[in-house]
Amino acid sequence: MLISTKAKFFLPLGARRSTVTRLRAEQRGFAQVTGPETIPEENDRPFTIPLAEESFQTYNLDPPPYFVETTKNQLKQLYRDMIVIRRMELGADQLYKERKIRGFCHLSTGQEAVAVGIEHAISKEDKLITAYRSHGFTYMRGGTIRSIIGELLGCRDGIAHGKGGSMHMYSKSYFGGNGIVGANVPLRAGIALAQQYDETGNVTINLYGDGAANQGQVHEAFNMAKLWNLPVIFGCENNKYGMGTSDKRASAMTEYYKRGQYIPGLRIDGMDVLAVLTAVKHGRDFVKRGNGPLVYEYVTYRFAGHSMSDPGIAYRSRAELQKTRENDPLTNLKMKLVDWGIITEDEAKAIEKEVRRFVNEEVENAKQMPAPEASLDVLFEDIYVPGSEPSQRRGRTVDETWC
Amino acid sequence: MAAPRLFRPTARLFSSRLASTALRSNLRQSACAPSILRRGYATEDGTKQVTVRDALNEALAEELELNQKTFILGEEVAQYNGAYKVTKGLLDRFGPKRVIDTPITEAGFCGIAVGAALAGLHPIAEFMTFNFAMQAIDQIINSAAKTHYMSGGIQPCNITFRGPNGFASGVAAQHSQDYSAWYGSIPGLKVVSPWSSEDAKGLLKAAIRDPNPVVVLENELMYGQAFPMSEAAQKNDFVLPIGKAKIERPGKDLTIVSVSRCVGQSLTAAAELKQKYGVDAEVINLRSIKPLDVETIIASLKKTGRIMVVESGYPMFGLSSEILALSMEYGFDYLTAPAVRVTGAEVPTPYAAGLEAMAFPQEDTIVSQAAKLLRL
Repeated sequence: MLISTKAKFFLPLGARRSTVTRLRAEQRGFAQVTGPETIPEENDRPFTIPLAEESFQTYNLDPPPYFVETTKNQLKQLYRDMIVIRRMELGADQLYKERKIRGFCHLSTGQEAVAVGIEHAISKEDKLITAYRSHGFTYMRGGTIRSIIGELLGCRDGIAHGKGGSMHMYSKSYFGGNGIVGANVPLRAGIALAQQYDETGNVTINLYGDGAANQGQVHEAFNMAKLWNLPVIFGCENNKYGMGTSDKRASAMTEYYKRGQYIPGLRIDGMDVLAVLTAVKHGRDFVKRGNGPLVYEYVTYRFAGHSMSDPGIAYRSRAELQKTRENDPLTNLKMKLVDWGIITEDEAKAIEKEVRRFVNEEVENAKQMPAPEASLDVLFEDIYVPGSEPSQRRGRTVDETWC
Repeated sequence: MAAPRLFRPTARLFSSRLASTALRSNLRQSACAPSILRRGYATEDGTKQVTVRDALNEALAEELELNQKTFILGEEVAQYNGAYKVTKGLLDRFGPKRVIDTPITEAGFCGIAVGAALAGLHPIAEFMTFNFAMQAIDQIINSAAKTHYMSGGIQPCNITFRGPNGFASGVAAQHSQDYSAWYGSIPGLKVVSPWSSEDAKGLLKAAIRDPNPVVVLENELMYGQAFPMSEAAQKNDFVLPIGKAKIERPGKDLTIVSVSRCVGQSLTAAAELKQKYGVDAEVINLRSIKPLDVETIIASLKKTGRIMVVESGYPMFGLSSEILALSMEYGFDYLTAPAVRVTGAEVPTPYAAGLEAMAFPQEDTIVSQAAKLLRL
């Protein structure tokens, strides 16, 4: 059993419990940790939880602490947030199969710990921008489920009024998904430049995939971010496949956290929400102290196919899929919480039930939303900032054209 | 969006020649001396001669002064004082925070500028030439132009892209292409292209102030040319409206629509047409490519009955193709001759001078085509 040096300071809760944990963990191939020393009665009293030694691999960077200070409330919230995203994605999956969602629909099932861990480590003033697998981040940045599902359904009350769809959702301090692989990386450096320019003291967090990591402009952004000491954490969400191409078939070097070369990096177990939370907190402090950018790699796995039209089995084996499904970020956290006695199995079930009801209700609400009115006024609105629109608008024919 | 419909499809119009007669007399009354003739007569009524380069520099300095959210970034804009010296002196005046040298990395710095705009700043991204912006065109179109719409109106992007565009002398194919049609076709962008110093200052300031992404297509060969600048244009509140063309030379026999450097060539050609044939050509300086001032073009077409477009882009699917199509859609009944165009040739710009001259509109090309159109 591997225990981090820091974790050794914490006594296991009991021999029986840690044996159970170890067995389960070994079955899953999941990093093993002992439990916290003492768990307070109060839901809001902070206590410390150790992290597994496998949580991090560093590159020219001191590792984050191998423990995280948290509360029972936060742990429950982490769990709930991850289930919400999972249920929301499954809801989207269902709606897509019912042919109610058209076009793109890229699900993040299996990757929930990344979105949730990051949001719990940053402030609402920090900025976040991601790539096209964006539903979970949109929810964590304050988008409601009904507005996200409503957007997927192309509704007027969707988060982008039915104009954006799956890849294009925005909210406060959240600069959306982006449909162009790699293009969001310079954008994020620019957002960081604006933060530096305005002296906000905040940090920009960005996510891109392992596929995007090979785009040239990613490295252009790295160069300028380091040159100008921009407050940004570049983050490669390595789910092992860029569409159907495995990282090993696409990248000459798959240690994405070392890809910054002259930028310190950190590889994080992206299936452990507590590791993600700790790493991002640590990175945020590092960047805020004026140390310049970081390159993070969240090692995760995409349970679903690339998009809805991809069953996700042509290029990866069922055995691999089965094995990684056992390393589910939701189960990982739930088992720890149960093992540590923070929640009981029944409480976990109750949370799941409540979330399922909540998400279903939101989905039902979204289904009731009207489609945008099929009028030229709605079609042409928001191409330009209101008040600055050209007086002309060019439709398909002269009859639909204002000049 | 509910703008009044100024033009109706020709087919649905009464053939109202009366209206065009009234318009003609109106314009005659307000006829002013064409600016080509004003050149060299600068000092009366407070005008002064200013080069396009200095006008652009003045516009940048004034806007940097007025708005703390504005900054300029690009290759060699700061310490080198600009590859074409347009940003001369700005680093000394505003410091390295506001005037930022970037590495040679167009996609990267353009993306950074767009990101800063999304986060609320008002960047001005200079491309050493728009030929290099092809490396970054994805950021201009997919990230800057489309985001406001895609976000349902919650994410604006106030950014200005500027730099020399189009024909330049002796630099061959990779450094001498006109991108008006490329950017002019993209919803969400506004595109302006100045000819004179007043254009340059007024349009660049308007572009920086506009809350949308605006592409300013300058021309390298115009930078050193001096034009008279009125007293009003010398002030720091001088702004030209985006989307309004300027009639540089009023006329009654033929409408010549042009943009950027070709406006000067068209004015020279118009003077020659007058001298040789006694023909009065009206020359319209578009100033704005998107939105296009369809109103001014069609009003002029209705007055003269003949239209010719002069521009240096490629002939296929270009600015002139668009204006010719518009003149048919909105002015067909008023045309007394087929609309014609003078454009760049469909060829990668050659290096040798004699061949290069054949690849772009020349003054005699304009004169001869106009004479042919007018059956002179």
